[in-house]
Formats: sequence, C-alpha cells, structure tokens
Amino acid sequence: MTSAAVRSYGYWATTYKKTWRGSVTAGFVNPLLYLASLGVGLGSLVDKHQGSSSSTLSHVSYLAFLAPGLLASTAMQTGTGESTWPVMASFTWTRQYHAMLATPLRVADIVAGHVAWIATRIFGTAAIFTGVLAVFGTIKSPGILLAIPAAVLVGLSFATPIMAFAATQETDNAFAILNRFIVLPLFLFSGTFFPISQLPTWTHPIAYVTPLWHGVQLCRGLDLGHVSAGSLLGHAAVLLAFTTVGIVVALRTYRTRLET
Amino acid sequence: MTDIRARGLTKRFGPLTAVDGIDLDVAHGEAFGFLGPNGAGKSSTMRMIATTSPVTSGELRVLGQDPATHGPEIRARLGVIPQQDTLDMELSVRDNVIVYARYFDIPRAEAGEIADRLLEFVQLTERAKDRVEPLSGGMKRRLTIARSLVNDPDVLLLDEPTTGLDPQARHAVWDRLYRLKAQGVTLVLTTHYMDEAEQLCDRLVVMDGGRIAAQGSPRELIAQHSTPEVLELRFAPGEGEAIAPTLADLSERIEVLPDRLLLYVPDGEVTAEEVASRDLKPLSTLVRRSTLEDVFLHLTGRQLVD
Repeated sequence: MTSAAVRSYGYWATTYKKTWRGSVTAGFVNPLLYLASLGVGLGSLVDKHQGSSSSTLSHVSYLAFLAPGLLASTAMQTGTGESTWPVMASFTWTRQYHAMLATPLRVADIVAGHVAWIATRIFGTAAIFTGVLAVFGTIKSPGILLAIPAAVLVGLSFATPIMAFAATQETDNAFAILNRFIVLPLFLFSGTFFPISQLPTWTHPIAYVTPLWHGVQLCRGLDLGHVSAGSLLGHAAVLLAFTTVGIVVALRTYRTRLET
Repeated sequence: MTDIRARGLTKRFGPLTAVDGIDLDVAHGEAFGFLGPNGAGKSSTMRMIATTSPVTSGELRVLGQDPATHGPEIRARLGVIPQQDTLDMELSVRDNVIVYARYFDIPRAEAGEIADRLLEFVQLTERAKDRVEPLSGGMKRRLTIARSLVNDPDVLLLDEPTTGLDPQARHAVWDRLYRLKAQGVTLVLTTHYMDEAEQLCDRLVVMDGGRIAAQGSPRELIAQHSTPEVLELRFAPGEGEAIAPTLADLSERIEVLPDRLLLYVPDGEVTAEEVASRDLKPLSTLVRRSTLEDVFLHLTGRQLVD
C-alpha cells in the first residue's frame, strides 16, 4: 500500500474503535452456534448414519468436514457486509469518500485503503473462527493456518466486485436482493454443508463459476490435506481473478461516481 | 499573484452545458464570490477548481498548476467546505478533525494539537469529545470549517457556506471567515444570498445559465446595473400588472413581481409622493437602497431566491 492508502485506511480503523466489541463478540458467537448445532448436533446423526469413513465426506467426521467450509462462508459474509452498506454510507450518508477526495488522496488511494480495511476485518473474523475451531478440537492439520489467508482471499473475491457494484447504487435496495438471491443460495449450495456431488450434475457448472465453491474447496483442502497443491493453486487463482477484476472495475465506478 | 485563472472554462454533462466558457482571475488574498441561482453553474465551477471534476474544455490553473495533472498537489494547499457536510456522525468532534488531518499526512501527535487549536478558533472546544450527530447545523458547519483549515490552506473554497443556517449561526460563520480573510487566506465562495455576497466579497461574478452575466465589487455592480434607490409598492396579488403601465413615466425601469412593483429611481421618497398623488392605494410602500438582488433581477429578469 502507498502511504496515502494507509492514511485512508486510518479512517476505517478509527471508526472501528467505536464498534469493535460488538463485532468481535459476533465473531465468536456465530461460529459457536453453527458448529454446535450443525457440526455437533446434526453431525452426530450424519456420522452415525454414514460413518466417518465415508469418502463423500473425505473420511472425516461431519464436524471436521463442515468447519473449513463454514470458515470460507463466514469470510464471504464478512466481505459482503463490509462492501455494501459501509460503501454506500461513504458515498451518500457520511460522504467520507468525498471528504477524502478533498485532500491529497486520490481515488486509487481511497479504494486501496478501503479494500485493505475489508481484508483486515475478514482476517480478524477468520482468526477468531479458527480459534473457535481449536476449542472444538476439529483442526486436522497446521494447514488451517494457511486457511486464514485463504479465507481473506475468499472474502475479497466477493468484496471487491460488490464494492464496484455498490458505487453505482443510489439506494441500498439492491443489497437486500444481493443477500437473498446470491449470498444465501451460495452459502447453502456451494459445498459448505455437503459436497456438491450430492446435487444434480447440471448444477455443478454453476458452482464452478462462483467464488464460494472455490473458497470452500481451498479452505477444506488446506485443513484436511486431501487435495493436491495444483488444484489448491487453481482455486486460489480463481479467487484472485475475482478480486482483481473487482478492484479494476471498482476503480472505474468509483471514479465515475466521485469525479464527475 | 493569481491563485485561480480560467479561460474559456467549460463543463458539460452529456447534452447539458453547466459552465459555458467563463474567464476568471482570482488574486491571492482576495474574497471572491459566485452569485447566482441554483443551476447557474456555481457548484460545477467550484468542483473543477477543487480538482474533483474534470474540465471539459478551456484552461484552468489553480495555484499555478493544472488540476488534470496535479490534483493531489493542488488539493494539499486547498481547504474545501462542500455544500453538504462530509462529517462522520459517529466519531467525536475532535476525531473528525484528526482523521481529516491524517489524510494530509500530518503526523498524529501534531494532528491532535492542530485539532485543539482549530476547535478553539471555531468555538467548539467544549464539544471536542462529543459525537457530531447531536450538534446543531451551525456547529456542524463550524466544524467543517475547522477541518478545512488543518493544512493551513492558501485558498479556501466555500460552496454555499451558510445555506440552511439561522441568522445567528450565519453571523458566527461569517465572523470566522472575516478573520481568515484578515490572515490573508484567499476565499472563494458560492452563494445565492446577496447579503452574504455583499458582506464577504471584495469582488464577485453574477452567474446565470453557465455564463458570467456581470462582474465587479458589490458597490460597482449596484452602481452599474441598478439605481441608488428602489421604491417597493405592495398590491394585492395580480393587481400590480395592470397598474405598472400607469407608472411608466415615473421610473426608467419597473419590475413586476407577483405581489409587488419595484420602481428603480434616484430618489425613492420623491417618487413615493408622486405615486400617492395619483390616488393609487398600495397595501404598503417601502423605500430602500438597491442591493445585489436588484442587480440580479435586472441582469436575468429573475429573482435569486424564489
């Protein structure tokens, strides 16, 4: 990051000092609830029925299968949350982007600072999540530590395209639709809760073109260690592509919005 | 030294020409105003000067530099007070200034000292630790002024600095601006309040439809484009139009407004007596001096604030 981008990042860090308690608490409670109800509760049924030797679940308990998938999904949700309303607010409500642009900061610094902040938030959420996993004793390998930066990439692969989109919106109406018709279906059907091999074959290409499936595969692969390095790199490359395209388009839409 | 120089400065948004080839020279230390109604092109001009709106055509130099190539360098020496406040409502008054100072790469410790000094200047020291949200409109405006001064700017751009404020709050803002002017800061402001333009500006341009309709000091503009006095005759709505032609011999120029007639004359009292002798019964009669409002009405045929 340039020093100018660091300065715009400082704004986000300052505002976070007001809200960090709530956000950190939510960071603990959310995975706790999911892992307890689905991982332990539902998972005991699955394991009894299927046996943890099932190749469908990569030969691990359901809880161990679910955990890295949930990590990726949580990263997606953090990335989405941080790139919708906060972006809208900075254009329309607090107008903080306009404030920044009245100073030596450039649009590129403004975008870079905000993306870096969102990455920080996803990192924090993913780190807390991993801590909760350790408590549940589901961590399969030190690879989970690599899953944290992987989760940051998953979150950014959603955040940067959504930032680009949010910059074109006058109201927040579209965000509810985005959550209901994109984020929620991806959460349910991208392999977090069950492998997509359980779905009809024709649905598989849909998973392949959405970032969350790649994110789940990447995080799970790093945790369980059952996937080749080549395919891990492939998944990471897809996520990186979404992130990069998102940044490039965001630079355009931000300029259109701020420099007219 | 010229702080702002424009030649044939033009801004188009698609088919709409917001600023239509204007020429400007603003000298250092001058208080320069853009007066005009909404949509006259004032804010578009200001945003080009603030380097956040690309120039469509023509030449613009701010502090000797081209906004297209030296935006960040120019902005480092500008203070901007936008039409809509850009304060963070959740942060404290002091943090709003510090965060903004950091954008200028002012070290954190120094930013704190600057914030304390500027909050003193705008009389917000007691509110330094409070959140911004509950502050009054006038206090928020003063905070915006404090924030715009963090980089000790050479030029202060004020887009409608007191719109929406009550009279007391407006005077508090004006008072701060006089002090800055006395310190040699160049003030460039837009307003649609003629009293604000008269109070603050050494020189101003009247803008209408993207063009400069007239320019000069407030006194020069009044001398050139109006008479020393104005006689206002108030009639019931609609009556004035029929009466106006019967008074044509008393005044070179009569403006017909919905509720009154304005007679532009050298001596209002004399004309008022003439009107009284004609057995007309205006609801009320008022003699006043010409203002920039009259200049604007004369130049454009329209009122500034309607």
